Amino acid sequence: MNALQRTDGFRGRGDEVYERLVAAHRGLSDEQSGALNARLVLLLANQVGDADVVTAAIAAARASLGLADGAAPREE
Amino acid sequence: MSGGAVGSYDYRHYPYHRPVELDRGGQGRCPVLIVGAGPVGLAAAIDLAQQGIASIVVDDNDVVSVGSRAICWSKRTLEIFDRLGVGERMVAKGVTWRVGRVYHRDRELYRFDLLPEGGHKMPAFINLQQYYAEEYLIDRAMELADRVDLRWRHRLAGIEQSGTGVTATIDTADGQYRVTADWLIAADGARSTVRSLLGLPFEGTTFEEKFLIVDVRIDADYPSDRRFWFQPEFDPSQSVLIHRQPDNVFRIDFQLGWDADVERERDPERAMARVRRVVGPGVHCEFEWCSVYTFRCARLERFTSGRVIFAGDSAHVVSPFGARGGNGGIQDVDNLCWKLAAVLRKEAPPALLDSYDSERRHGADENILNSRRTTTFMTPKTAVERQLRDGVLALAPDFPFARALVNSGRLSRPCDLRGFSGFAADDGSIAGPLLPGMPCDDAPVRAGDGSAGWLLDHLGGAPTVLAFAASPQEVDGIGRCAAASDIAGLRVVVISEEARPCPGMTVLSDRAGLVGARYGGASGVTYLIRPDQHVLGRWRGIDPQALGHAWRRCLGTEAA
Ligand SMILES: Cc1cc2nc3c(=O)[nH]c(=O)nc-3n(C[C@H](O)[C@H](O)[C@H](O)COP(=O)(O)OP(=O)(O)OC[C@H]3O[C@@H](n4cnc5c(N)ncnc54)[C@H](O)[C@@H]3O)c2cc1C
Repeated sequence: MNALQRTDGFRGRGDEVYERLVAAHRGLSDEQSGALNARLVLLLANQVGDADVVTAAIAAARASLGLADGAAPREE
Repeated sequence: MSGGAVGSYDYRHYPYHRPVELDRGGQGRCPVLIVGAGPVGLAAAIDLAQQGIASIVVDDNDVVSVGSRAICWSKRTLEIFDRLGVGERMVAKGVTWRVGRVYHRDRELYRFDLLPEGGHKMPAFINLQQYYAEEYLIDRAMELADRVDLRWRHRLAGIEQSGTGVTATIDTADGQYRVTADWLIAADGARSTVRSLLGLPFEGTTFEEKFLIVDVRIDADYPSDRRFWFQPEFDPSQSVLIHRQPDNVFRIDFQLGWDADVERERDPERAMARVRRVVGPGVHCEFEWCSVYTFRCARLERFTSGRVIFAGDSAHVVSPFGARGGNGGIQDVDNLCWKLAAVLRKEAPPALLDSYDSERRHGADENILNSRRTTTFMTPKTAVERQLRDGVLALAPDFPFARALVNSGRLSRPCDLRGFSGFAADDGSIAGPLLPGMPCDDAPVRAGDGSAGWLLDHLGGAPTVLAFAASPQEVDGIGRCAAASDIAGLRVVVISEEARPCPGMTVLSDRAGLVGARYGGASGVTYLIRPDQHVLGRWRGIDPQALGHAWRRCLGTEAA
């Protein structure tokens, strides 16, 4: 599986990217913000393109919330 | 014969006959007992009969499918039906289509074309009501009446297994009788009696959604394309799907929501009010049939249990989006029957049927996976899931990647068996894309009598050598090598410059150059093909030993 990049990938523009992420939600309701995040995730996941990296990002995000992996499709 | 119409289809009642066993001590014997005369049981009886195996088919009912149920038959299924002698009739009656159109509200998001390339006998899909499919299969089974004993209103009530056979208890209006069969095929549908009698768990996921399914006759020239709306403007449903069927009958599926009131929604008048909102005012339409469904995905852990073999809905069920239920069941039959015939003829050990179990579980898992992904997309369960889904729909008009994520059903594909044991390893020496395990591709050919035909017409039902020859001498050489391979019932098909009648083999020409292209054909290229039209192995050069070894390894009579 391809590894998730952990080092700074913003080439010096990290503060700017973070500010833009915050600014994009300004004035939005929680619902609109949720919808915006969903679309951002989709666009960025497609930009990454590599399903293994997306899977690793999901696992890392969940781990930071103290949750188990969860990347495998749920069997209800 | 009495009958009754439901909408435009006139249901005839197939005649019940008093079983001969009742006059012979209540006992009978047969090689194969098939429980259920739905599409799967009927197809199995025909396939076995074509291979010389007799069966008894019992069904607790005496009419074909009430309501249209399976309507979309895929190219692979049609190729199998063609081998069984009903494919052309189905295509002639069915509505051929290959384009699907997907809408969000009133905007078309994209279209997909299921078969952009030509040179195949069978179309990507036809729509044909299940009652017609069953009627044609019954007609075909009756042509084979010396080997197919169809018994209407005979209900399987009990089952007992021994090491050598299965004894079934069958109820009729005239009393109960018992039949002992070498093998029993349980094709008795989603609520399989056989499955419950054997106490086998049928585990899976229920899709928490209700669908209203309506067949309606519409006097308008609507397109044959499959049309699917997410959140249509014209109806409060979550989604609407329209398929055109023969006789101007349209099938409309409405996604009602989990909380829908089944009794209320089943009311034809209420259903027709919805239909009128779809077709618009002023268009004449007539109600045919409707029903409310909840779907689930489930499968048996194993498709064989001693001498009982499960096929079709008794073994696996999926939601209908993707048309994988009936199509999957017909692929079960295609995979099973030549193996069962080989076992009954004692050409192969019963262990060959383990490969039916593993190959078709793989097929069912693929269908369940696709069905689950579609239902996840169609029914978001939480607010965030809905945001992701709606995000995909909102991005779809401008972003092709998002269009590719829009999932209104991934339509049934032929099953690819690459990697299963029993197929020969590929040495990479042939350029064509058809690797061992894959189903054969069709292509136009010309026969020795000059007639134009199709390659697949020559490949099914028996092990077959398909080889390419550059000269008449090579054709003769192929014939000699094939004969020396010592494969029982082997058929030999040669693609050559010139088609000609030739004793003991079929010599065809490649009338559009597509056999060569699709099979990487060149002088010396040899394929060995299973009776279910899957590539068993392929080689450059023809070697009788390699052919014989590959076939016996596939049957399990020789080690790898
Ligand atoms: C609304 C809907 C839409 C669908 N659309 C599609 C589609 O477009 N494409 C597709 O491929 N599939 C579709 N399917 C699925 C398809 O209808 C089934 O997969 C198919 O009917 C399975 O065939 P079968 O022969 O296994 O079972 P069935 O058709 O259910 O036949 C089983 C038979 O066994 C008989 N039987 C049961 N118990 C006994 C007993 N104890 N003794 C004797 N006989 C018995 C029954 O009377 C019945 O005739 C759809 C299904 C539904 C409900």
